[in-house]
Amino acid sequence: MVHQPIRHDSAEKHVSGWALYIDDLPHPADLLHVHIGMSERAHARIVAMDLTAVRAAPGVIDVISASDIPGKNDVSPVAGDDPLFADGLVQYVGQSLFAVAAETEAQARAAAKLAEVVYEDLPPLITIADARAAGTVIEPAQTMRLGDASAAIAAAPHRLEGRLAIGGQDHFYLEGQIALATPREDGDVHVWSSTQHPTEVQHNVARVLGVRDHSVTVEIRRMGGGFGGKESQPALFAAAAALIAVRTGRPAKVRLDRDDDMVMTGKRHDFETAWSVGFDDDGRLAGATFDLASRCGCSADLSMAINDRAMFHCDNAYALPTAKIVSHRFRTNTVSNTAFRGFGGPQGMMGVERALDAVALHLGKDPLDVRKANLYGPAGVQTPYGQTVEGSPALALIEQLEASSGYRVRRAAILKWNAENRWLKRGIALTPVKFGISFTATHLNQAGALVHVYTDGSVMLNHGGTEMGQGLYVKVAQVVADVFGLDLDQVKITATATDKVPNTSATAASSGSDLNGMAALDAAGQIRDRLVAFAAAEFGVPPGRIVFENNSVRVGDTVLTFAELAKKAWFARVSLSAAGYYRTPKIHYDRTRHQGRPFLYYAWGAAVSEVIIDTLTGENRCLRTDILHDCGKSLNPAIDLGQIEGGFVQGMGWLTTEELVFDAKGVLKTHAPSTYKIPTASDRPGVMNIDFWHEPNAEPTIHRSKAVGEPPLMLAISVFSALTQAVAAAGDWRVMPDLDAPATPERILMAVDDVRRRAGLA
Amino acid sequence: MARDVVRFVLDGEIRELRDIDPTTTVLGLLRYDLRRTGTKEGCAEGDCGACTVALGELDGDQVTWRAVNACILFAPMLDGKALKTVESLGGDHPVQRALVEHHGSQCGFCTPGFVMSLWARGREDSPPPVADSIAGNLCRCTGYGPIIAAAEAVAPRATDDPVEALKALARDEPLSLNHAGRRWFAPKSLGDLAALIEANPDAVVLAGATDVGLWVTKQHRTLETIIHLGEVGELRTVSLTPEGLRIGAGVRYSDAWAALADLHPDLGELVRRLGSVQVRNSGTIGGNIANGSPIGDMPPALIALGATLVLRKGDETRRMPLEDYFLAYGKQDRRPGEFVEAVIVLPPVGLYRVFKLSKRFDQDISAVCGGFSLSIKDGHVANAGVAFGGMAATPKRAAACEAALTGKPWTEATIEAAATALERDFQPIDDMRASAAYRLAGAKNLLRKVFAESGGAAVRVLDAGPVDA
Repeated sequence: MVHQPIRHDSAEKHVSGWALYIDDLPHPADLLHVHIGMSERAHARIVAMDLTAVRAAPGVIDVISASDIPGKNDVSPVAGDDPLFADGLVQYVGQSLFAVAAETEAQARAAAKLAEVVYEDLPPLITIADARAAGTVIEPAQTMRLGDASAAIAAAPHRLEGRLAIGGQDHFYLEGQIALATPREDGDVHVWSSTQHPTEVQHNVARVLGVRDHSVTVEIRRMGGGFGGKESQPALFAAAAALIAVRTGRPAKVRLDRDDDMVMTGKRHDFETAWSVGFDDDGRLAGATFDLASRCGCSADLSMAINDRAMFHCDNAYALPTAKIVSHRFRTNTVSNTAFRGFGGPQGMMGVERALDAVALHLGKDPLDVRKANLYGPAGVQTPYGQTVEGSPALALIEQLEASSGYRVRRAAILKWNAENRWLKRGIALTPVKFGISFTATHLNQAGALVHVYTDGSVMLNHGGTEMGQGLYVKVAQVVADVFGLDLDQVKITATATDKVPNTSATAASSGSDLNGMAALDAAGQIRDRLVAFAAAEFGVPPGRIVFENNSVRVGDTVLTFAELAKKAWFARVSLSAAGYYRTPKIHYDRTRHQGRPFLYYAWGAAVSEVIIDTLTGENRCLRTDILHDCGKSLNPAIDLGQIEGGFVQGMGWLTTEELVFDAKGVLKTHAPSTYKIPTASDRPGVMNIDFWHEPNAEPTIHRSKAVGEPPLMLAISVFSALTQAVAAAGDWRVMPDLDAPATPERILMAVDDVRRRAGLA
Repeated sequence: MARDVVRFVLDGEIRELRDIDPTTTVLGLLRYDLRRTGTKEGCAEGDCGACTVALGELDGDQVTWRAVNACILFAPMLDGKALKTVESLGGDHPVQRALVEHHGSQCGFCTPGFVMSLWARGREDSPPPVADSIAGNLCRCTGYGPIIAAAEAVAPRATDDPVEALKALARDEPLSLNHAGRRWFAPKSLGDLAALIEANPDAVVLAGATDVGLWVTKQHRTLETIIHLGEVGELRTVSLTPEGLRIGAGVRYSDAWAALADLHPDLGELVRRLGSVQVRNSGTIGGNIANGSPIGDMPPALIALGATLVLRKGDETRRMPLEDYFLAYGKQDRRPGEFVEAVIVLPPVGLYRVFKLSKRFDQDISAVCGGFSLSIKDGHVANAGVAFGGMAATPKRAAACEAALTGKPWTEATIEAAATALERDFQPIDDMRASAAYRLAGAKNLLRKVFAESGGAAVRVLDAGPVDA
């Protein structure tokens, strides 16, 4: 049952169209459709907002703005700085000003256009450079130190420095943000919310309504994709729907279309990284400094933790003898950036990978040799944040991939090919990933589950994790079915709901299976222990001779069905319901010093990518990628393979075609798939070989598996590094390319022209 | 005798829509009126394919099925056709089983669209590579591998086609709707069409709705009168005439594709990369020209060939070089009551190339698209046709560049001079697709690319495979 490649629990429903997403639920007859009126300015005082015409428009039932909020005007995850409706001040284009509820979606949208808003513009800060110049931050710069990096760099035989800009990324979950609220008695409300964090939505809805948490129930069966974009972002839409529902006594739905979704919701942080390194003749680093600057947008959201994770991953898989990492979190008049698969980690890793490519070019070495010279070895080595990396498999993993991918032979062939081709150039790169697993805010590393066994032997499973396509539900169901020796179809997976399992953490940080799998194991285990105790007494058999398998229970020499045992236990007044709980052991972190053990363990992986570029146009392809990735002892290899491949391609999109463009006034110009280009099927590397690194987790995680949601995204850095190699080839390897991400055809062409100029070739 | 009820076939039965708002989308109709919620909205602009459905049309005694985007298809466009949605397949169709077995869904939201694209692919006699068939379906979860594997594993399967029902609908009178003063006409003859457009000069003339659909779903405009030319058989023909290849204004890209590819492989490749299967199954070259987009993927390729546009008003037609139709940004030389009837394309003689630059190869709008038609005699350029899209407010001929080429020796020095001349032809702008600098540099380099390739150099990344170890 566990470790088997079992298909997604909803696969049949997905392909047949029977899987219900929130917008697919039957419409109650009196449903109201809610549209949110948005700011047209990036930074302005609202001098006047006249909603008279909005209220008078056809079909309009209710219009609400800041002054109509009975509770607190805040839908933020942490800092209390995300108003549901702007109150006097707007801080980004697309900020929510008011909501209008009407009989139809079209009426609500048309009515919203009638608002008369008078703005008094304030100077907008749009870019990192703008905010840096103005000194606006969401919190003071943070610093992490290991030894004296500056001194080590100064004393090193060689020194290099550089900079790198890394673009943001829209989540582009296929299902946009949506919430459907239904009023209940006592002013209570039930909300279907497409969210990775039902508890946070519950808290925010209650806070806005001015009611206690127990008055709000939030439920979600499945999302049409999340990727971090439905962690903190759904609260605003849920709160607007809930407030309308409570005020009008009618169900209310907020459904964003693609453009509104892309304009109104936060994205992956864009970064600017400055790096410097000192190294020896082998490319072994003596020290490294990283200065990270990110665009956080107009509020804190989760930016503190995201930027912390960027700092945690500046070392990637490399043992830095000394390091200094400084992180600036800039506040801008753009939408507040948020969680996105990797949570700052990918941006953090990019600096050291660029630095190692530069070191290799400087020394005339194969970048793989420089990378291998710097890996964390099997012996314990300290990270810049004080955690010791034990038993690193990095070198063995990389060498296996190096051999299986034919890296050395292909690289030699590519160098020869490049010498023979004037206009097209190829590149190949192998980059590793080491990703820390656990929420870095220690208190979030807890989970609950609820398991019922009914008297017909059927099992109901519920837990705090949410299903966004990643296969969490089936993995946890496998764990529970395994406990009882049942087939998977005996376990009913039920929608995540705050009234079943309370006080949950977001399904985020790749932690879903680790946390909820263990909590469900605990719950199911409690019930099984009771059944064992009951059966042992009832049949006079020692507990060690009671076995659950094949939907049956062997009690000594007697075999009865699981249902029969459940029924007997119930007659004997044995409780067949249990709440399970888990908290991650060993972890601790002191954020004031940026020292501790934030992670229970690390997930490792590596990828080799081969690319080709057109030096006349910058057009490019990834031709082949080989991946070797560590999922521990995989709970479900089919699901994990899907996470690896999907994460890689999503990462490739981030680093190649996906470009967010804001104009000088802070208007997002790429707000739909016509202008924002995520990978299509043909962008997938023509050849893709994916394999697992088979080594059980050394930590006692659920069945010794490892988390897999985020780490594979960063395997795509191999593509970016390979593109960098190809650009370097265009300059005859004389100078290090200055290629920023995303590596669009435009950026590649400009980088090619730049290296040729600097190399004296043009 | 006009008819005011939309009639179409759904799962073998004729369905009727009465008093329907003509700009109701098929997606809206399915999800909210027919409660078939398997078809999803992902973008409402025909770019993500989550709303993919199949439309069946009678073709003799057979039904031809095409995948289309329901989100930008107006409900009256179902008239006379058969509609198939994911629900029509039950749940146990081979395509569905293959996707399940290959782990082809994760979040599942895009999946019904993929199911329908792959189902329609299964109906093709010689389907293209899978990636081309699903270029119009975005998946954010899987990375596409398992979907491609599923598609390759599934064999085409015949289905019961509603031939008789469609034949019955074919006998229907032309459709003429009036919903609270908002009108829809779908004449069946060229004469009726011309008369209607002349009588309603302010009407929106609609072909495939791949652009006009977005006026409704994105710009939320109200369209008062729509005249749909998709039912006019005379406009849906592609024919080789003494003047050249004549493509009627109602010809969809997918129907013109083979003929254009026969003219030149680069034209075929341009069509392959234009939109997606779903877009090409709805969109027309006539519409692409008529709407006057400054990018207009096809126009630069056709202008370089010296294409002629045929406009019609009532019984009168006039012709002009295609480039003359584009007067200024958003302004075309189309008189009130007039419409685009056809475009006539001359086959290339000599060296012909089309190169399109975009952030993504498939289903992306050009940053720059260049068409080059050069006849080279005795080592000299005898004639040069060069045109670009994305470089100006309209698709435009590069007159200075052409002059710099014409009569000159076919050498790198000439190419460099012609590249410099492009600076006189174009002052492109910065936008979200590309900077002005990239556009100009790219345009110059496309010229260099034509020259390099003519000398035998490899210049196309799409032709490359990995280096074998």
